[in-house]
Amino acid sequence: MSLTLFAVQTLNGLQFGLMLFLVAAGLTLVFGVMDFINLAHGVQYMLGAYLTAVLAKVTGGFFTALLLAMPLTLLLGLVLERLVFRPLYARGHLDQVLATFGVILIVNEAVKLAFGAAPISVPVPEILSGSVRLMDGLLFPVYRLAIIGAGLGTALLLWLVIDGTRFGMLVRAGATNAPMVSALGVDVRRLFTAVTAFGAMLAGFAGAMVTPILSVEPGMGDGVLILAFVVIVVGGVGSIRGAFIAALIVGLVDTLGRSFATDLLKLVMSASTANHVGPALSSMAIYLLMAGVLAFRPAGLFPSRSAG
Amino acid sequence: MKTFTVMLAAAAGLALTAGTAAAQEKLKIGMMVTLSGPSAVLGQHQRDGFNLALKQRGGKLGGVDAEVVLVDDELKPDVAVQKVQGLIERDKVDIVTGVTFSNVMMAIAKPVFDSRTFLVSSNAGPSPLAGRACSPFFYASSWQNDQNHETMGKYAQDKGFKRVVVMVPNYQAGKDAAAGFKRFFKGEIADEIFTQLGQLDFSAELAKIAAAKPDAVFSFMPGGMGVNLVKQYTQAGLSGRIPFLSAFTIDETTLPATQDAAVGLLGGAQWAPGSTLPASRAFVEAFEKEYGYVPALYAQQAYDSALLIDAAVKAAGGKFKDKEAMQKGFRNAQFESVRGPFKMNTNGFPVQDFYVVKVVKRADGKFQTEPVEKVFTAHEDVYAKDCPLK
Repeated sequence: MSLTLFAVQTLNGLQFGLMLFLVAAGLTLVFGVMDFINLAHGVQYMLGAYLTAVLAKVTGGFFTALLLAMPLTLLLGLVLERLVFRPLYARGHLDQVLATFGVILIVNEAVKLAFGAAPISVPVPEILSGSVRLMDGLLFPVYRLAIIGAGLGTALLLWLVIDGTRFGMLVRAGATNAPMVSALGVDVRRLFTAVTAFGAMLAGFAGAMVTPILSVEPGMGDGVLILAFVVIVVGGVGSIRGAFIAALIVGLVDTLGRSFATDLLKLVMSASTANHVGPALSSMAIYLLMAGVLAFRPAGLFPSRSAG
Repeated sequence: MKTFTVMLAAAAGLALTAGTAAAQEKLKIGMMVTLSGPSAVLGQHQRDGFNLALKQRGGKLGGVDAEVVLVDDELKPDVAVQKVQGLIERDKVDIVTGVTFSNVMMAIAKPVFDSRTFLVSSNAGPSPLAGRACSPFFYASSWQNDQNHETMGKYAQDKGFKRVVVMVPNYQAGKDAAAGFKRFFKGEIADEIFTQLGQLDFSAELAKIAAAKPDAVFSFMPGGMGVNLVKQYTQAGLSGRIPFLSAFTIDETTLPATQDAAVGLLGGAQWAPGSTLPASRAFVEAFEKEYGYVPALYAQQAYDSALLIDAAVKAAGGKFKDKEAMQKGFRNAQFESVRGPFKMNTNGFPVQDFYVVKVVKRADGKFQTEPVEKVFTAHEDVYAKDCPLK
């Protein structure tokens, strides 16, 4: 376990964390501002990926596809908000979970009908296709640096919007106390629509960005959704800052756990036992982290809601 | 008048019974495959492979009109059990075929055997059914699960690789894969990496592999996991430096997604569409013409399962309701398998050859695997000796 390997794994962890942040950012906004549990966030991520894959094939350029996919996912977000979410704002969380879970099933099947069940691929854009030598025999694709850049850029942009604009102020106010914002004469419905569409676009952006390194397939958003929920629960629902820091922590804990848990356990137990315990422990690591955070800070690391 | 109505009803009833009797002359086959979720593409290959064989025989198997009832097991053992009971009790099928995953197979095996219905697997080959829990009602046109992994283990051994890193998902099939590989590879396992099922990003594992500097990597990563791994393996610059050995990871279900990233990587299989055998060439050509995509081994196995049923029914003289005759028919089935030599073992699993296959890009721009080296000749699974059937 050399220092170089540790440094490489830390970089991998940060990159994974920023990828998670891209997905979690939109989810935490919607959940935080509207107190709405949107399980369909994962399929919005998937739709972003599919749109990019298809548009990249049609237009021949990844960046063109990315640019076109953004407004389309925004539009899909608007449609979904109008048809499914809006009637559910006043209902309980269980109804929201059921309805948006239904959306997952429907969209996953629809995608399969439209594009087939086989995974499809998007080549890495030419300009980002190089790689950097990290250590003996291991290359780090430049594209992954681009994901790090996209994650940091999104974080910066969100920080500027949320902290510096009137829209951001309303979002923050809505996350703290939505009825009060409404009572002050703000059209909360319009705010909600805007936040949902924006959240959908963020999910779509995340989906689009991962296409060159992950396979695009039906159901690809389901696993990511769970990780994104862990991130926003650890970070504090509704807090972009919380999501950012939690995503980095989750990314690091997961990656470092996968990298070193088994080797570390081998120091204190037999190799075959370590081979059993290590992977089990590292796959639990982020959930243990979440449980730990919830035990000591039930509202997450950076709660945005003042009370309950 | 009343009597007349009753008579009419009775006559109608009789006619109806006669109708059912005539319909039952058909050989009814229930095809259960996974057609939903991320693994649906495997079931799709199985379905299309089977249907192609049926179509080529004018809808007849063994000279008898065959009717296929297609059901999706949704990769859920509980759903599969319900649906298979429907196939047996409502549809009264004579044979259940298909079955993509071993957990589904283990769930449905007992109800199918208990009803004395034949179960012809065109994919899943779990070890219990090959050994102690073998049944005269079970026949596979595929393999026993361990065999493709054993092929890679033997290959690594033959190539003189000294240190190999094994990387598999942390669940039963993953551990079985590692065990199958190690059964024939006697060198050092430099590291054994168990990843999370459904893992997306492998950069941490790839860094570990690069640091371990093994002679080769053996991996079993079915479906989307394999696509991600192969892409990332190549992007990390490991492809071409450290030989990538695998089973059920790179095949024609994932090649459309991995494309160039997979070229040159190795897998273990009983067949690949690049095979030059005449029967194989004819099959691949007909399949691509019919469905427009390159068949993977799952399609070939299902095609062969139809040929196997065809041969068994023929051997039984068309009397597919005669269980004894059918058992004999399956045991001694003679047909020209797409894979080459095929012989049914006492446990209902094939004795067959296994190859190392390699990914190539075809002249038409599509990708496929092709056999490069025969590793096992007439290879029998290790569980057959535990099967009490003789």
